[in-house]
Amino acid sequence: MTPSAQGTNRAIDVHGLARVEGEGSLHVAVRDGVLERVELEIFEPPRFFEAFLVGRGHEEPPDITARICGICPVAYQMSACAAIEDACGVEVPAEVGKLRRLLYCGEWIQSHALHIYLLHAPDFFGCRDAVELAGLNPAAVERGLRIKKVGNHLMEAVGGRAIHPVNVRIGGFYRAPSREEIAAFIEPLKKAREESLETISFVAGFDFPDIEADYRFVALSHPDYYAIEAGRIVSSDGIDATPMEFAAISVEEHVQRSSALHARLRGRDPYLTGPLARYALNQAKLPQTARDAAAEAGLGPVCRNPFKSVIVRAVELYFACDEALRLAEEYEPFEPAAVPVPPAARAGAGATEAPRGMLLQRYELAADGTIKSARIMPPTSQNQLSIESDVRQVVEAGLDLSDAELTARCELAVRNHDPCISCAAHFLDVSIDRS
Amino acid sequence: MTMRPTLAVWKFASCDGCQLGILDLEDELLALVGAVQVASFTEMTSAVIDGPYDVSLVEGSITTPDDADRILAVREASGLLVTIGACATAGGIQALRNYADVGEYTSTVYAHPEYISTLAESSPISSYVKVDFELRGCPINRYQIVEVVTALLAGRRPVIPGYSVCEECKMAGNLCVLVAHGTPCLGPVTRAGCGALCPAVNRGCYGCFGPADTTNTASLARRLTGLGTSERGISRLFRTFNSAATEFSKESLEHDA
Repeated sequence: MTPSAQGTNRAIDVHGLARVEGEGSLHVAVRDGVLERVELEIFEPPRFFEAFLVGRGHEEPPDITARICGICPVAYQMSACAAIEDACGVEVPAEVGKLRRLLYCGEWIQSHALHIYLLHAPDFFGCRDAVELAGLNPAAVERGLRIKKVGNHLMEAVGGRAIHPVNVRIGGFYRAPSREEIAAFIEPLKKAREESLETISFVAGFDFPDIEADYRFVALSHPDYYAIEAGRIVSSDGIDATPMEFAAISVEEHVQRSSALHARLRGRDPYLTGPLARYALNQAKLPQTARDAAAEAGLGPVCRNPFKSVIVRAVELYFACDEALRLAEEYEPFEPAAVPVPPAARAGAGATEAPRGMLLQRYELAADGTIKSARIMPPTSQNQLSIESDVRQVVEAGLDLSDAELTARCELAVRNHDPCISCAAHFLDVSIDRS
Repeated sequence: MTMRPTLAVWKFASCDGCQLGILDLEDELLALVGAVQVASFTEMTSAVIDGPYDVSLVEGSITTPDDADRILAVREASGLLVTIGACATAGGIQALRNYADVGEYTSTVYAHPEYISTLAESSPISSYVKVDFELRGCPINRYQIVEVVTALLAGRRPVIPGYSVCEECKMAGNLCVLVAHGTPCLGPVTRAGCGALCPAVNRGCYGCFGPADTTNTASLARRLTGLGTSERGISRLFRTFNSAATEFSKESLEHDA
């Protein structure tokens, strides 16, 4: 568009926000120089998971819910296991918990490396994709692919497959890998950890818009470690709840523009989950080396600049490599690989930290294990209102930018939160209406 | 410079996992996208080149009136159309609605069913348009994408097995979980391609690659009954990620109490 279009009324339409997972659109309207409206519209076709889970068996949600998202299937499997085990009153042995955490680290490594290098970094170089970025900086893209590959291979070794792992079941695993299979990752993880430190320096040098948002952070938190697969749900304004309690205080609204439900907490403002929230709430639980690397990259104890989420993601990438390495070094095979989970006529909930944010599932079971009701709260439907609020701030701060620049910045503001729109319900079109 | 064929990737109702398989080709990705011209692939790039496209890879099933129109446009703009994954070739997990009342489903999940536009059934792409080649799997085996693109560049037909998981399970040297452990396994009727992953972890195959070229589902169902699997259990086994594939659909209905 020509600069003359930048009057006090503006209308920009962009179709196809790329490098996010799923299908949706963004509408921005500016009237008389004032931002009127920002709406993130999700028109990913509804797939009705919560409906067809009803009537299935209590052992089925890990395989079925994995299919909600090809990028974070482990998150779905882990939250499903936690929820069903909660309903059945089963606590899994420590070694199952550790192997789950190792598998989950694999998913964090592959998903964070994918987002940092292939989806997010190209924006900071004015590139349309990682292939173009590879033309400018082949070493960086190749490094990203190498780290990602270690994550994928780790998921294959523990989960049997990187996308929709086959080895996960309620109560544990079908087979615990041998010591050798896991020990084979020690050297690759050391290398990935080193390269993730380089990743932190790489992303810390990006040029970030100077914007801070007043987020309410929500994340899992665990007394002993940086929470991934277990913990209580805490917030920056004092919530401290079990997943079951959190499910009771959160409400999901259905608005016309979206096949994803909008989550909020009763009587409170929107909240944000994901790397920024985890870092703000659990930073003290990161190993010292990760905290040092974060400080060197210029992060304080809390980061409120959504564009800098890429640095936090890189710090978490380092952490996930470090943690996976520790778990791999300590790993001992165990038998049986799973404990029995006899069904109980009760409700239960489970929450874990998907790479892009907290994922909660709640089930109600009949005595024979038949699922009576299912509820799934993916990270992106919880983050949707905060993402809209970020875009509002970006537009208000950028009204003097050209339409092309402003659109690019809005798209980046959405991508900052690594939205998984297939999860939330899913392709983004951006339209900015300034007329 | 020779003209590289243009490749487009399209998404319909799905989890994105099959197209993610392309990005998971860490060692081959840069070579692959160098051998073709990626003309449209929203998950990877903001760059879009207008059609027509030499090859379209289609992920996802058709579940909405808009998508039923969009697939016609994709077909029109494409030389070869290859479907990737269980959703595009067999309706996917979301085809479980085909056995239920979608109106009830909508009101189970959404407070305002009137905002939701959806079709009664989730259907494979081949129900709407001609498909030139189908890759199965939930998810696909990413190396089958490399084979398809390589074959198309070489002007030959892709070599993708149509035999059952049992064959690759034997080749992998796995113990037969059905015979040795009495574990219900769909391997005998399921298409190869995954590498027999489930038996390798002492688990029965759950059929995520859909039916093999030739199947005898009734015979397998009798064997499962002999192992003590309930009618409901058998129906559920056949009714997951490929529940709209004819052979699996038929067998699941046989045991639907």
